[in-house]
Amino acid sequence: MPDTLAQPMRFGSSSGQPVTRRDGIAKVTGDADYAADHSPSGMLHAVYAPAAIARGRVTAMNTVAAEAHPGVVRVITPANRPALQGDPADKSVMFTFRIEVLQDDTVRYAGQPVALVLAETLEAATEGARLLDPQYAVEVPRVTLADAESEPVAGQGFGQPADTTHGDVDAGHAAAARSVDVTYTTAAQYHNAMEPHAIVAQWEGDHLSLDVPTQAFALSCAGYARYFGIPAENVTIRCPYLGGGFGSKAIPAGPLVLAVLAARDVGRPVKLALTRKQMFGPVGHRGATEQRLRIGADGEGRLSVIDHDNVAETSTFDDFVEPAANASQGLYAAGALRSRHRAVRLDVGTPGPMRAPGEASGSAALECAMDELAEASGIDPLEFRLRNYAETEPGTGRPYSSKALRDCYLQGAERFGWSGRPSAPGTMRDASGLLTGWGMGTALFPAPMFAAQARATLKADGTALVETSAADMGQGAWTALAQIAADSLGLPLDAVEFRAGHSSLPDGGVAGGSGHTATAGGALHAAGLDVVRQLGEIAAADPESPLHGAGNAQFVARDGRLFVEGDEGRSDALADILVRAGGAPLTGTGRGARAPEAAAAHAMYSHGAVFAEVKVDPDLGQIRVSRLVGAFAAGRIINPKLAESQLFGGMIWGVSFALHEEAKFDRRTGRIMNADFAGYHVPVNADVPGLEVIMVHEDDPHVNPLGVKGVGEIGIVGTVGAIGNAIRHATGRRVRRFPIRIEGMLG
Amino acid sequence: MKSFDFVQPRTVAEALAAWGPGAVWLGGGTSLIDLMKLGVAQPDVVIDLGRVAGMRSVDVQGDGAVRIGALVSNADLTRDAAFAARFPMVAEALLSGASGQLRNAATVAGNLMQHTRCAYFQDAGAACNRRDPGAGCDAQGGVGGGVAVLGASPACIAVNPSDFCVPLAALDAVVEVQGPEGGREIAMADFHLLPGDTPDRVTALAPGELIVALRLPAGADGFAGHSRYLKVRDRTSFAFATASAAAGLRMEHGRIAEARLALGAVAAKPWRVAEAEAVLIGQTPDADLFDRAATIAMAGAEPGDDLAWKIDLARKTAVRALCLAAAGTPARMPALPASVFAEPAGEKVHA
Ligand SMILES: Cc1cc2nc3c(=O)[nH]c(=O)nc-3n(C[C@H](O)[C@H](O)[C@H](O)COP(=O)(O)OP(=O)(O)OC[C@H]3O[C@@H](n4cnc5c(N)ncnc54)[C@H](O)[C@@H]3O)c2cc1C
Ligand code: SF4
Repeated sequence: MPDTLAQPMRFGSSSGQPVTRRDGIAKVTGDADYAADHSPSGMLHAVYAPAAIARGRVTAMNTVAAEAHPGVVRVITPANRPALQGDPADKSVMFTFRIEVLQDDTVRYAGQPVALVLAETLEAATEGARLLDPQYAVEVPRVTLADAESEPVAGQGFGQPADTTHGDVDAGHAAAARSVDVTYTTAAQYHNAMEPHAIVAQWEGDHLSLDVPTQAFALSCAGYARYFGIPAENVTIRCPYLGGGFGSKAIPAGPLVLAVLAARDVGRPVKLALTRKQMFGPVGHRGATEQRLRIGADGEGRLSVIDHDNVAETSTFDDFVEPAANASQGLYAAGALRSRHRAVRLDVGTPGPMRAPGEASGSAALECAMDELAEASGIDPLEFRLRNYAETEPGTGRPYSSKALRDCYLQGAERFGWSGRPSAPGTMRDASGLLTGWGMGTALFPAPMFAAQARATLKADGTALVETSAADMGQGAWTALAQIAADSLGLPLDAVEFRAGHSSLPDGGVAGGSGHTATAGGALHAAGLDVVRQLGEIAAADPESPLHGAGNAQFVARDGRLFVEGDEGRSDALADILVRAGGAPLTGTGRGARAPEAAAAHAMYSHGAVFAEVKVDPDLGQIRVSRLVGAFAAGRIINPKLAESQLFGGMIWGVSFALHEEAKFDRRTGRIMNADFAGYHVPVNADVPGLEVIMVHEDDPHVNPLGVKGVGEIGIVGTVGAIGNAIRHATGRRVRRFPIRIEGMLG
Repeated sequence: MKSFDFVQPRTVAEALAAWGPGAVWLGGGTSLIDLMKLGVAQPDVVIDLGRVAGMRSVDVQGDGAVRIGALVSNADLTRDAAFAARFPMVAEALLSGASGQLRNAATVAGNLMQHTRCAYFQDAGAACNRRDPGAGCDAQGGVGGGVAVLGASPACIAVNPSDFCVPLAALDAVVEVQGPEGGREIAMADFHLLPGDTPDRVTALAPGELIVALRLPAGADGFAGHSRYLKVRDRTSFAFATASAAAGLRMEHGRIAEARLALGAVAAKPWRVAEAEAVLIGQTPDADLFDRAATIAMAGAEPGDDLAWKIDLARKTAVRALCLAAAGTPARMPALPASVFAEPAGEKVHA
């Protein structure tokens, strides 16, 4: 068996084209419907009362006042909560965390639901929840990494990173001619998709119908089914659009499960939508980290060791430890590598995967430490990284499925103008006297595949219907997946109707891990090829077809016609073949997944290099990232316009991480004091005036038949470090705490 | 949120008659409605001023004073080119605040009256003397940021978040008020109150009093050639000030004939110190002189737990604003108003 996958150079007319998103008009005109837009008749509004303390117990609630409020229909507390069939701590469905669904009166984090109020109007439910005025027995909360001792990571699995060692770490330290031993901290960040979590739940007997944003239809159905003791087939989820997910909308969250429970209890549809403030608690976040990096290099600037210790928060009742130290393991050719993780249990909601989990935080620290060592060694940061370029995966020695990182470095540096960079920090000023600095960082993100299924149906009129339950989080799945499907059938894009966003469709897998286009796209591609194969058999057997007798040939579909591969002279129209065969639609199915042997044989990553220019006011300390150039190699790019948007989005998130995002905890109460968009900053347009993405060509013959990696998360990686390094270069100040703010530039 | 009565008077007289204890005035609602949703404001009656006639125009009066109706939107005022030409630092300050959408909704009276952004004031579960006199002040020993370094009291350390009010204070604006007892005028300097022992008293308005207009007095446009607002903030746009300053100079033969300086985000009111302005009179502009003035303006600042950097920043912001003012008002509003990242100053007016 050849070790490369058969891959056409060109899929057809759609892939590779910068097709404008097909759902764009619907979105900007408000036609696109999101979960909370639904209001079935008879519906009640649910609002939960969030805990105002982070640790302790609820001792009393004024349920009488809440129930007496006009419009309030029911108040659910731990004392009268209807039974849930499944265990809230059950984690058998992948990616699931233990949820808080009023199972007891213990408060484990601020913002945890302590009661649910159902009312005829949103206003009445909101006021009912306020009137509950919970009283607490308070214990001293622990909300920052300094508030509790660290402990080993419990178990192994999702969010429980194992320690790794490759080579002789002690020897690596001993061999270092130069080394740095630095500790970086990153702040807790909270997912804040434009669309807060929301659900509209309706029961009909033991059938549950949901409008709810989900990044993973099948997993969500399985999750709800488990909690409510019904078969997964009884759960229907409609979700044509998500207003962003970022890792927080893969599985049922506690407040959403409560709404479903309430709907069953009252026998009416129930809507629950989190407020912006409620997004800071029960629906996951990126945990704070404290990372110590000890890295050393020999006299020539070749890394002898990367020794990365990460301490990250998790909750008191579940485990998700940001796998930050893993980010330093697959990247540079160091003689020895070690990653170690420890956890600190805090009175916070359980952290979870948030866009580029592990890599974003880990790379922030690693890329800054790399610059510190480059500077100590007197080597240009780019040259230092090139000297440590890994030709095979560090540690394992596995070949890369493809790695155009060198091209990323060179093309990015060229476009940015890196060669003009003075090595001494604090020496560049612009025309208006602002300190100017240049920094860079390497980006790395795995190219995983999950499992997905799809169906393609060719009709006798020459059009096709393709289906998978894939989720469009705004990344453009409605468009890019349709492009893949069209090409796999050899049809123009507008001859293909693409159905997605509904749980009754074939399982589209998970929109996450930057693997959705590869996985769901792979399934669609396979389904299309299945149709083509069947059609070829029909044509070859049909005496009236020009393809008659080409029984053992390979067929390819292009421009609505079926060709014998390598013989342009013989072809037949897809529609004609079907019409002659009686006109019945022809259906094919496909699966997208990676065989375990293939996964083991190669190291599979997307790569990139990010170059940042920052301006800092020398007196006033205000910081702005004036320019970001990111060059990324991520295999085949299905839709360059959408991919560029994804990469822009990631880089903007990198600015956010480096300069803005931070949940500020009051250590006395454990509450987050900036839980809104006026206080929890993300960049605005004026913060990202100069973004540029270069998509570096990369053919990957191993990663999957489409040659597709992922672009969803990698944009953050590298950007954070590049900005930290640029600030150092501008000001001479090395700030080892993210986000970096004005305060850090003064005094 | 708590149920309330909603009244829509058509005249000032109707509005005043509608008022009673537990009532609030509603302008654009961008500050008030947020607080109602948070359970921090719980009015019984909301009196919507949106339909009250006669409070939406900007008029130049006989003596050259400019009178701005209370309901003029923040956005409309900045779009009034004649106004911006006469009071460029007011327009610049307004444009540096909030976002386009918020400025469309927000009224000038609402801006004057906007509530502090103190995180503990906004958190109904926290102790706050301003909301609930005697309850305590959880901002002390809290998450920090955005607290006063001047004029604070043990009872309250909140700052006034308005950008607009800073140049208004510098230009001696006057607030015109109607109330149950009739009309009166309040000087901007006296409008916002320092907390002292009564942190719940935030402005000089008496219960039931309504702002009907705001006036920039005759002569206030004398600073038009040399006036700037500068705002240091955590994002390039759409962020409240970490420190800000409005500086206006009236120049005669290369010397400063008259000077105005007000600092924002350092106290419960825009901070203006007469001596800081006085040292500038008769001098030729230079950075050391401005530093002396700014140092006087910040005299008595208290660094609290760890706010030495903020005092230093506020002083330097004032110095920079004065330098920018001395260099002359740009002929066109900078693309990023009041920002340290505005392009290098180009053509000047009144150069
Ligand atoms: C996200 C966000 C960011 C912001 N950023 C900034 C910023 O950077 N800089 C800045 O300066 N501001 C900023 N603001 C505040 C904004 O400027 C104010 O919310 C706005 O000016 C208030 O005007 P309004 O008409 O909406 O007031 P409302 O919300 O209607 O009222 C505010 C207060 O004024 C009272 N009031 C209203 N009209 C009258 C009247 N005629 N007489 C007496 N009392 C009255 C109300 O009763 C209420 O107490 C921001 C606001 C938000 C929400
Ligand atoms: S600083 Fe003032 S507004 Fe803030 S909590 Fe204290 S008393 Fe309230």
